[in-house]
Order: sequence, then C-alpha cells, then structure tokens
Amino acid sequence: MNIDAIQNGIVIDHITAGLGMKLYDLLGLEKLDCSVAIIKNVHSVKLGRKDIIKIDADIPVNLDVIGYVDPGVSVNIIRGGELVEKRSIDMPETLTNVIFCKNPRCITSCEQELRHVFKLTDRKNKVYRCLYCETKAN
Amino acid sequence: MRHLIDILDFSPEELQELMDTANDIIADPAKYSEVCRGKKLATLFFEPSTRTRLSFEAAMIELGGSVLGFSEAQSSSAAKGESVADTAKVISCYADIIAMRHPKEGAPLVAAANASVPVINAGDGGHNHPTQTLADLLTIYREKGRLDHMTIGLCGDLKFGRTVHSLITAMSRYEGLQFVLISPEELKLPSYVKKEVLRAKGIPYAQTTDLEGAMPELDILYMTRVQRERFFNEEDYLRLKDSYILTPDKLKNAKSDLSILHPLPRVNEISVAIDDDPRACYFKQVLYGKYMRMALILKLLKEAGSL
Repeated sequence: MNIDAIQNGIVIDHITAGLGMKLYDLLGLEKLDCSVAIIKNVHSVKLGRKDIIKIDADIPVNLDVIGYVDPGVSVNIIRGGELVEKRSIDMPETLTNVIFCKNPRCITSCEQELRHVFKLTDRKNKVYRCLYCETKAN
Repeated sequence: MRHLIDILDFSPEELQELMDTANDIIADPAKYSEVCRGKKLATLFFEPSTRTRLSFEAAMIELGGSVLGFSEAQSSSAAKGESVADTAKVISCYADIIAMRHPKEGAPLVAAANASVPVINAGDGGHNHPTQTLADLLTIYREKGRLDHMTIGLCGDLKFGRTVHSLITAMSRYEGLQFVLISPEELKLPSYVKKEVLRAKGIPYAQTTDLEGAMPELDILYMTRVQRERFFNEEDYLRLKDSYILTPDKLKNAKSDLSILHPLPRVNEISVAIDDDPRACYFKQVLYGKYMRMALILKLLKEAGSL
C-alpha cells in the first residue's frame, strides 16, 4: 500500500492498533478538507501493530485529546518534506470539552454553557473524573 | 479566595484550627458575639434543608452578623433561568460570604469560581456536605479527645450517603483507624471510595450486613438514614428503608464508651428509646455543627480580609 509522503503537515504515529478511528473522530478530522489518511494495523517493531494518521496540512491539533485517547503516541511535524519536530504525548492533567459528563445529577447536565472539565485522578489506571461531580469518565 | 467546597480543601492542621476555635467559642461565646457585626451571610438554598440553613443562620447571628437569602429554588432567580455563575456574581455584591445548597452536584464549585466572596458548600446533591463532616469531626474529637486510633462503624445507606463518604475521606488522614462498613448489599460503600481512599491509604476495613455482630468492637457508630430523595425507584426505597433500626437491645454488647452519631434527620433508624442513653451524641452533634460553622465563617472572612 502506498501513501504519499506529506510536505507540510502532521503524522500521528505509534497509535495503539484500533484507536486510530477514535482519534480521528475526537480530533474532528472529518471536518478538514485536506487529505487525511488513516492507516490501520501497520507492522511495528515496537508495538507489533499500530495505526498511523497523516494530515496533509499544518493545522493545530488538540494534543490533550491525543494524550487522553492514547498516551505514548508520537506527533511528528513535517515542513518542506522534513521532520522538524517530534513530540511524545503524555496524559494531560485536565481535559476541557473533550469528553462530557453523563451524570444526570451533575451541574453540567442543566447548565449548557459550563465547560466540561475532567481531572486526571489516577495516572496509573488512567482515571479521569468530572471536576464538578467527580463521576468517572467512561 | 478560600472556599470550602470539599472537606479535603482544608488540611488536618486547618481542621484542628477550626476545632480549637469552636472549642473556644463553646467555652466563651460572649467573646465572639460581636465579631461579625456589619457582615452578611447569604444562605442560597436551591433545595429545602431547614436544619442546615438554620444552623448557618444561627451561627452568623451568634457572631453578631446578619443573614439574607432564600430557602427554595422557586423563590430565587434560578426559577427564571439564571445560571449559578450569575447568581454567585450578583450575590457577591450583597453579602460578605455565601452558604449554598444545590441539588446538582458541583454547583457550589461553579459558584466559587465566579463569586468574589467566600463560598461554603452546604450540600450539593449526593456529592459533598463538608460542614456536616466538620460537625462529625468536632463531635468525635470532643467525645474521644482524639481523631486517631479507633474503630468506626458506619451503618445504613453507605452508597448514597454523602456524609459517610466525606467522613471516611476526612478521617483517612489520621493514623490507627479502622472502619466497619455495615449495610445491605444494595447500599454498600461505592467501590471507588474503598479503592481510592481506604485501600490506597492501607486503612483496614471490614464489610458486613450484621450490625449486632460488629457492635462490640466499635468506638464510634455512625448511623445514617436511607434517603428517599436519592432513589429513582420508590420500590427500592421501601424495600431498604428499614434495614437497620438501632434499639436498646442491640446495644447490649456495645462498649460503655461507644459514641452514637447520626447526621439527622432520623426517621426510625434510631429508636427514641436510645435518646437518653449517655452514648447518644446526635443532638450534641447538631450543636457542635453550629459551632464549627461559626469557626468556619470566621476563618473564611478573615482569610478574605473582611475581618
């Protein structure tokens, strides 16, 4: 399978196999009008199998979303066909308007303009809790 | 700006400071009777709670201050659709400190983020009720002379009982404690409290459905009411509401210095025949709650530069 190299854009690499589509959705990549490639189940020496997303445009991506979905992913910034920056992504301490509280008793359920903020409360087990009601994110 | 939204907002040293102030107020109330003259407490109660509201109001009045507010959402601007954030901004223009009760979890945190005066969480749904925990802590401290090295039995609704969760969280910072969790299967302590508080801190605990069997080892027995308002299903409430009823007979094997606490109101889970037993502390607990609220108002007003 041949996917062209990109000149100016972003390669999200080392995505755990199977999480590529979830990242695509949460990053809102379907809204872009540039070329976006999702490559699934690529052979990886490090992971066995991995997914890769290539975005053929130098756009800002929400690194918190990436860190929440799949910490350990690397984000490569490409300019002029060259790798200019490689970032390792860790779990963010807080997530804002990325995931939404489903607790019907939470204040966010009735005040539509409140930001949905989740805090990382257990790094080892990757547990995020709603800032307001402390309900665990699913 | 300091607020009290969660009991963990205060360190054990700050809780001790509050208890010391409360004890000083109890010893010499006249010394504090004018300290808040000219200051106003707004009690914003978006759901009814006569007991907590009156406790806050009595606390402020005994400090020489004044109170204003409302006792149900229908008589507030929330009925017109005003947000909690806007309410907090508006009330900050009228009062020096706010006590808020709200049926939605996290509402006082939203208020605190938007108010320019201290906000006290007076209960947010089934989530937190830190000033009840302040009352519980002072009661235990005055009854036992310490907050460490004891066995605490928690009985009743441990699932929805926010006072239980807050008390466990607050007490988990003291040494030598063990908990006995007494509840029906359906109302057991949520697993996240066991995992993230008890197991994470290596605090020993046992779970049982047998109140009488657990009784001999208890230094504190914290009874709770099965709360109708926390159930979506009336049938479940009716089935579980009479799970535990403490009667004199059940205290036969209890320690002579057991302290029986209850956040009140009670329905029938403690027989009135217990009320005259010297081990019954739940009405003293109400009084101590007022003193701790006085100490809290003083601390927050001082830290805000209002006193």
